[in-house]
Amino acid sequence: KMAAATATRFCQQLSSVSDMSPDWTTKEVSTGTTIMAVEYEGGVVIGADSRTTTGAYIANRVTDKLTPIHDRIFCCRSGSAADTQAIADIVTYQLGFHSIELDEAPLVQTAANLFKASCYRYREELMAGIIVAGWDKRRGGQVYTVPVGGMLVRQPVSVGGSGSTYIYGFMDSNYKPNMTKEQCLHLVSGALSLAMERDGSSGGVIRLAAISESGVERQVILGNQLPKWSTA
Amino acid sequence: MREGLKTQDGGIQYDLSASTFSPDGRVFQVEYAMKAVENSSTAIGIRCKDGVVFGVEKLVLSKLYEQGSNKRIFNVDRHVGMAVAGLLADARSLSEVAREEASNFRSNYGHNIPLKHLSERVAMYVHAYTLYSAVRPFGCSFILGSYDQDDGPQLYMVDPSGISYGYWGCAIGKAKQAAKTEIEKLQMKDMTCRELVKEVAKIIYIVHDEVKDKAFELELSWVGEVTNGKHELVPKDVREEAEKYAKDSLEEEDDSDEENM
Repeated sequence: KMAAATATRFCQQLSSVSDMSPDWTTKEVSTGTTIMAVEYEGGVVIGADSRTTTGAYIANRVTDKLTPIHDRIFCCRSGSAADTQAIADIVTYQLGFHSIELDEAPLVQTAANLFKASCYRYREELMAGIIVAGWDKRRGGQVYTVPVGGMLVRQPVSVGGSGSTYIYGFMDSNYKPNMTKEQCLHLVSGALSLAMERDGSSGGVIRLAAISESGVERQVILGNQLPKWSTA
Repeated sequence: MREGLKTQDGGIQYDLSASTFSPDGRVFQVEYAMKAVENSSTAIGIRCKDGVVFGVEKLVLSKLYEQGSNKRIFNVDRHVGMAVAGLLADARSLSEVAREEASNFRSNYGHNIPLKHLSERVAMYVHAYTLYSAVRPFGCSFILGSYDQDDGPQLYMVDPSGISYGYWGCAIGKAKQAAKTEIEKLQMKDMTCRELVKEVAKIIYIVHDEVKDKAFELELSWVGEVTNGKHELVPKDVREEAEKYAKDSLEEEDDSDEENM
């Protein structure tokens, strides 16, 4: 966070009329975000909003924050758009190489460790909160979270990004272990919808993906189809 | 049969460095390295239903040696063991290489190294030393064995040429042919480690040449369900039971030979 603040101040100083120009000329591109991932029997469900902001301007309202790292391993990106894209590209390369060497599909745990390695080593320069989720034949569906700072922990459910703060209560009360894929999709879309309603940095459409042994199924829930939580 | 470097009869030598092929496509230095392995005493590794067992015939050249010194079975990682034959100093150096590979893998990828991958990496290292005239090939072969929940028991052998093969049963060293014959008689896929450890001891006792080599120590180690995936030397009571079984089997055979006469 300190690094991001120094960077933005530096950029502001470069622009001599920073008080007069809109903030989106000076602010870093951020995936404000709400992201989440849930394990179920036989796989994982992941979801994200689609808003990318530079300050108050929405630079991309249809962003895809669910990034494939390998055939059955995805990551959900939050924080600096540039940082998370760069890290994801690096891990995609490393994991692909590793998989070819081993002549085997890579483990989700391996992908998560590679993310952790980069996020921890360069923790002072990066602003990246990443959730790694996928399926492998050893341990089935798994969710690993790598928040800013570069810690790594496996969780059955994980939420991240600026919008996640608004849905911790919702998750605590509504998540139950051993749900079906459909129940998970319902839970994720409901939670994201609530967060997008309250967090200014989250919004747009809901992108979902279900990853299992048989492959990846992606879907989009458009603005007018978002789950409604109030009659207003 | 050697071809000489401008020797008196006018021929040319092709065996002075590993960077030279002979006209019939052989790299003599690598073959000579394998000879070094064949001069060493025997080591065997057998893979069974629930683990891997190693046995090494460690010849004791002097009564002054401390018992248990000059071990020929190494721990490469918690779940991987390595039994060697050939130049012991070369083998020790390679065990360090294997340890580093396994450790780096865990550090980079967060889990145990698969044995196939480890043996390929170490084999690649061994192979590198067969390419240049400035170094000599490693004069040792080794057998790697491991056990884990997902892949089960695995057994690989690497030789001085730098190739690695997967095996159900494998022998290296001076009595490898005799040992292989004995190993082939076993139905290892249906045996457990406890049963197999006795058979391994028996095979080492069978192939040991009482006339040419006198005293020897039997080194026995295993890794499998029975050790919870940890490679370790076989416990004292299991060892003693195995050695007793081995000695008794040999006596029976001697007795039956006498009867036949």
